[in-house]
Amino acid sequence: MKRRDIILTSASILLLLVFINFASGNLDAYKVRILNLCAIYTVLGLSMNLINGFTGLFSLGHAGFMAVGAYTTAILTMSQVTKQQNFFLAPILPPLDKLNVPFLFALLIGGLLSAFVAFLIGAPALRLKGDYLAIATLGFSEIIRIVFTNTQRITNGALGLKSIPNTTNLWWSYGAAVITIAIMALLINSSYGKAFKAIREDEIAAESMGINLFKHKVLSFVIGAFFAGVGGGLLGSLMGTIDPLMFRFSFTFSILLIIVLGGMGSMTGTVIAAFIISSATELLRFLDQSINLGFVVIPGVSGLRMVVFSALLMIVVLFFRNGLMGTNEFSWDKIINLFQRKPLIKRRLGQ
Amino acid sequence: MTILKTDKITMKFGGLTAVKEFSLELNQNEIVALIGPNGAGKTTAFNMITGVYRPTSGKIIYNGQSIDGLKPDAITRLGLARTFQNIRLFKELSVLDNVFIANHLHLKSNIFEAIFRLPRYRREEKEKLQKSEFLIEKLGLKDFIKEKSSSLPYGLQRRLEIARALATNPQILLLDEPAAGMNPKETDDLTAFIKEIRDEFNLTIFMIEHHMHLVMGISDRIYVLDHGVTIAQGNPYEIQNDPRVIEAYLGVSEDAEN
Amino acid sequence: MTFNLFLQHLTNGVSLGSLYALIAIGYTMVYGILRLINFAHGDIFMMAVYFSFFGVATFGMPWYVSFVVAIILTCFLGMLVERAAYKPLRESPKVNILVSAIGASFLLQNLAVVVFGGRPKAFPTVNLFQQVMTIGAVSLQRLTLIIPVASLTLLFGLLFLINNTKSGMAMRAVSKDHETARLMGVDVNRTITLTFGIGSALAAIGGIMWGMKFPQINPAMGIMPGLKCFIAAVIGGIGNITGAVLGGFILGVGEIMIVAMLPSLTGYRDAFAFILLIVILLFKPTGIMGEKISEKV
Repeated sequence: MKRRDIILTSASILLLLVFINFASGNLDAYKVRILNLCAIYTVLGLSMNLINGFTGLFSLGHAGFMAVGAYTTAILTMSQVTKQQNFFLAPILPPLDKLNVPFLFALLIGGLLSAFVAFLIGAPALRLKGDYLAIATLGFSEIIRIVFTNTQRITNGALGLKSIPNTTNLWWSYGAAVITIAIMALLINSSYGKAFKAIREDEIAAESMGINLFKHKVLSFVIGAFFAGVGGGLLGSLMGTIDPLMFRFSFTFSILLIIVLGGMGSMTGTVIAAFIISSATELLRFLDQSINLGFVVIPGVSGLRMVVFSALLMIVVLFFRNGLMGTNEFSWDKIINLFQRKPLIKRRLGQ
Repeated sequence: MTILKTDKITMKFGGLTAVKEFSLELNQNEIVALIGPNGAGKTTAFNMITGVYRPTSGKIIYNGQSIDGLKPDAITRLGLARTFQNIRLFKELSVLDNVFIANHLHLKSNIFEAIFRLPRYRREEKEKLQKSEFLIEKLGLKDFIKEKSSSLPYGLQRRLEIARALATNPQILLLDEPAAGMNPKETDDLTAFIKEIRDEFNLTIFMIEHHMHLVMGISDRIYVLDHGVTIAQGNPYEIQNDPRVIEAYLGVSEDAEN
Repeated sequence: MTFNLFLQHLTNGVSLGSLYALIAIGYTMVYGILRLINFAHGDIFMMAVYFSFFGVATFGMPWYVSFVVAIILTCFLGMLVERAAYKPLRESPKVNILVSAIGASFLLQNLAVVVFGGRPKAFPTVNLFQQVMTIGAVSLQRLTLIIPVASLTLLFGLLFLINNTKSGMAMRAVSKDHETARLMGVDVNRTITLTFGIGSALAAIGGIMWGMKFPQINPAMGIMPGLKCFIAAVIGGIGNITGAVLGGFILGVGEIMIVAMLPSLTGYRDAFAFILLIVILLFKPTGIMGEKISEKV
């Protein structure tokens, strides 16, 4: 990276730290929650974009990975007492009852477990192409959910887990987001990342240029799953409760919406879209509820918010095929050029 | 010295025999051409040799090793690279990236080393970057190095395909209709160019072509395919005067009618 | 398990399988002709159920009128989805059309929640069908027998259409190669629309019978059957109509019998379809009756 870029990036991160410090103390809980969600969905979006956007694999199994991460982190951070309270139908399987690790390790273990599950799933599934891969990964994701609904002694089944310690705060979520962005950027710009893109562009050509398709697809899949697991863990800790119904296909759909809106080949797009969608999800909540205009109350229509999102996805995919950013990425060069252009025009007009 | 040999390889798609018992020999540093009317099975032969198709029967032996049944990436890693009849560049990626990616197969660093830019990876990346830039300049694409490959004019795209194939460090280069869509001047340049890279990179070249000027101009030997069957093989002079070849391309010759 | 109980379960399985078969046909026909997984198909099935429900509940139509109207409306809905969500993306990369299909599916579901209300409703009972009969030691609703009969009749009708009519030939031609079919004078757009119409109509019939068999309806009711029926189509060989029906029966009977014989696995009932899917994709991806499609390089 150019020296100038390093300075600018460091300055931005510093600004971010200052902002988080301010926000943690001064903003109300509602706004903080939205900010947290923005960061977490950034992680989730980037994790799915690596697999679907950069490597071109149509994987619809993301909810499964998020579930593994969420449950792992939850179980590893809940106290023994909380677990006893939760698992009233059937006691949790030892040694899970006593297991308790610091949040960082819980997240990492959750991520690793997700990655491992992805490895197991990927071995058979990634031999399939296109639609078949989509349906297979969807199938695996559903199997995970169904298993979680039935393993009463490990996941508490359909009851889900409540009173998960709310460790997630702006530091954790933005820390994770920044690290995810950094690692993804490093990966994508490396030889391996380019190999992923080659696979997306033309599998047959990539293979003919010596790239082992299966190995690289598995790599992409597993790394994506790792970050999905971490994101899931953060989310569970933020919300305090999780249950298998959270991890249905509609969850994968939300992340899919983010990466399609942002542009499937662009990390920058994913980040921007994650912020837009997370904010919109909360801000548009009013659509589902009644609006009190003073003189009249417009009754809320439950589900209208999701209609808006579905329609949004349709509009993007039909009319804005490449999303917000297409395959373009952020660069300091482009930002600086943006600001330098205007004076140039003024100069020309002046002559 | 024979470095590649196919022993009666046959390709059947259901009831259709696309290539029947094709036996080929490539000797070190030769330029060998495969010609024949459209649909004769030439690209299918290529695809069998490069592992895209698995031959229905027959053997392929490269440097003493049997390679039929191996996947394309394994075969490329052994030293056979190819270009495609319908250009298969990585469209959204830059010229540089297209060539750089073709270096990936020789990367020794693992993914962790790559992500965290550890010293071994940094060294390898620099070396591969230099090599890619060298090839790009050699192929006259230096001005376009950062451009999206799909934005290049057709002729340059074909050259990029060759640059990309060369980046895999091949011993044998298979060119599928390298002169397609070129005018006579461009074809002449290409002819000289193929000889040049053969010498500079110590290659053996096997190519499918329709431009007879190019074929007759540089080939040491030629194989002729028609409807999947090898109807002739020999040096350019022999092929040019072979009545079966003439018949295959033009129909029955005038002499035969009399 | 007694033989009678076994027979009872088997009949239920066959009945369920027939419903799956009807819906699976729609998936397989669309995939055959467009190489597209019509994610919205399950939700079209759901809409049909609601249309027939409202016909009776809100508009007071007699059930036979309501059912016919619902089938026609669903038919149009299916064709509308094709025109709006799929046709514009026919030349785009596969990913876009898949995303569009998923979007259409969710849009329909959420529209249903908004328009029909999220709380479950009770499908009208039709005595003619739901009267309980007793054959030997097995007692079942008349419906349970009617469903397989209806399905098989429709299947044969469809096969006749495909193999013996001009429209059917057009469908077969388009499913092989759009461009060539067009050059041969086939109206590709009309054929595609017709395919969606037929698939949707069959799903509608399946939906109505489903509503009578499982009277609790809600906007999400199409998701699981939709997924399972696509899996049924894959198992049978995607693109092959008879295969879809076969797959439907395998899934329906299998699901019921496994739970019947291993009651402890009831919670995993839905997983059966997914596990079967993965097994098939690993060992015979082209399905029981499928053909291999190779790509030209």
